[in-house]
Amino acid sequence: MSSEEFINKATDVANSARALSDEVASLASEASRLAVDTAGQSAGSPFIMGLTVLVLAVFVGYYVVWNVTPALHSPLMAVTNAISSVIIVGALIAAGPADVGFSEIMGFIAIVLAAVNIFGGFIVAQRMLQMFKKKQ
Amino acid sequence: MSSDLSALLYLAASVCFIMALRGLSHPTTSRQGNIFGIVGMVLAIGTTLMAPGVVSFGTILLGLLVGGAIGTVIALRIQMTALPQLVAAFHSLVGLAAVCVALATFYKPEAYGIGRVGDIQISSLVELTIGTAVGAITFTGSVVAFAKLQGLVSGAPLVFKMQHMLNAALGALVVVLIVLLCTTQEPVYLWILIAVTLLLGFLLILPIGGADMPVVVSMLNSYSGWAACGIGFTLQNNLLIITGALVGSSGAILSYIMCKAMNRSFISVILGGFGAVDDDGPAGSSGDDDRMVKSGSGDDAAFLMKNAGSVVIVPGYGMAVAQAQHTLREMVDLLKADGVNVRYAIHPVAGRMPGHMNVLLAEASVPYDEVLEMDEINRDFKSTDVVFVIGANDITNPAAKTDPKSPIYGMPILEVDQAQTVLFVKRGMSAGYAGVQNELFFRDNTMMLFGDAKQMCEKIVKSLEQL
Repeated sequence: MSSEEFINKATDVANSARALSDEVASLASEASRLAVDTAGQSAGSPFIMGLTVLVLAVFVGYYVVWNVTPALHSPLMAVTNAISSVIIVGALIAAGPADVGFSEIMGFIAIVLAAVNIFGGFIVAQRMLQMFKKKQ
Repeated sequence: MSSDLSALLYLAASVCFIMALRGLSHPTTSRQGNIFGIVGMVLAIGTTLMAPGVVSFGTILLGLLVGGAIGTVIALRIQMTALPQLVAAFHSLVGLAAVCVALATFYKPEAYGIGRVGDIQISSLVELTIGTAVGAITFTGSVVAFAKLQGLVSGAPLVFKMQHMLNAALGALVVVLIVLLCTTQEPVYLWILIAVTLLLGFLLILPIGGADMPVVVSMLNSYSGWAACGIGFTLQNNLLIITGALVGSSGAILSYIMCKAMNRSFISVILGGFGAVDDDGPAGSSGDDDRMVKSGSGDDAAFLMKNAGSVVIVPGYGMAVAQAQHTLREMVDLLKADGVNVRYAIHPVAGRMPGHMNVLLAEASVPYDEVLEMDEINRDFKSTDVVFVIGANDITNPAAKTDPKSPIYGMPILEVDQAQTVLFVKRGMSAGYAGVQNELFFRDNTMMLFGDAKQMCEKIVKSLEQL
């Protein structure tokens, strides 16, 4: 075995050792991720968490809305319309990155649409509520 | 910013939104509630802007400014009579925004941490497609509702054969597309899904007649909430889920109240066709009724009301169309100056959206404590001297209580027939929205005041000043 061949072999071995160690590292991280996931199972998956929040929020909404006086049902619609535009949160994340692609454009459009609603909804509600002020 | 902190700020925003709705329980707390809503929205947007992935502030600011300017101008200029179509138009924007966000998410899922393109977590994908579908239906449905309310298309229900079969088939197709999309992750299915649900939105609202628009507007209000909710699940954002649920349940409750006030089931409204021209003609609906009615002039009305102890005004949408609310209030002011006890009675479906009539009266500076709801005023009609019905018809029709054959039988009404005298301001003898003739016109204690609502009020004001 020439020294050159020996060096080649040694390099190969070193490379495969490195590959192996990378694999072990990734396995370890996978394992720890799984461990965390399993630990998280006690609180349920993200879907179950979301469902919990949804059901509780529906109950809150039910009782709060039945308490709204019928005279203010129109402002209620304007306000709910404005706050449902909180979907702008998703639009901001979509339009956030510095590069410009399809998702960023969609995000930008959604920001404009939601902003029309937020400003329009709150202002029209305020206009209506101003009329319900007690006159002296 | 740490994810815990942003989650807490989102929670604070959610609480603000709940407080905003809570404030609407009384007019005195309502403006404060609106401020809560605005604070919540500022918190939500501010928190998101501080997220690590959000860097292109210039673009975002431009979007906010453009949208905000359009929204502000529209909101400041809109006439209160046009409120229902404005709300419908706003709903369509929420729907379209939901579709845009869903598309952005689908093509760049890594920005939201739900996988990579072509390999999105199944649960997120299901939520995303549902959010898209509801958003698209809300969009086109609201556009149709807007067009009907604005008078761009006829308010008459558009019914054709096999309509419900077609809608059911499209509904089934939506389910198939969602399954296909989730199993293959092919973008083409998402685009087909959007196209189909857009079409479905059109088809669902077209057959619903103008009389049912209050229900439709509330229903679309609810849909826009559920669309936000679906997107909230995809983004695993509790703020969106909570807000979506609040809006969704609010719209659903309003739809329920409206349906109950018209004695219609929610299903029958959705299936549509109400108010369509019926060839058979329901009992007592014939237009060529030749029975005698007693008609009077503005002077007669002024004399009757001036000498009455108590007067109840029953306004309907016709009053708003004639822009008579300001003159009406002048008339009431003159009566009150003479010591007459004057109150307003509002039926839940007066106007074109929930609470519309209250806003129109408030706009004309009518104090809200003189405006009573149906349940509060109905027992007082017996002891009322004069009822002044202006621009309303079906909601006073006693046939709703007495004639089981009438299409409006069972609908709760304002029992104006129990008052001493009923004055009806009306253009002619045409039937009401539901296509039913009002028995009340032919009674002895009813006096018809034929003419435009505003001109009639002006005449009465003039004679009151002279009396």
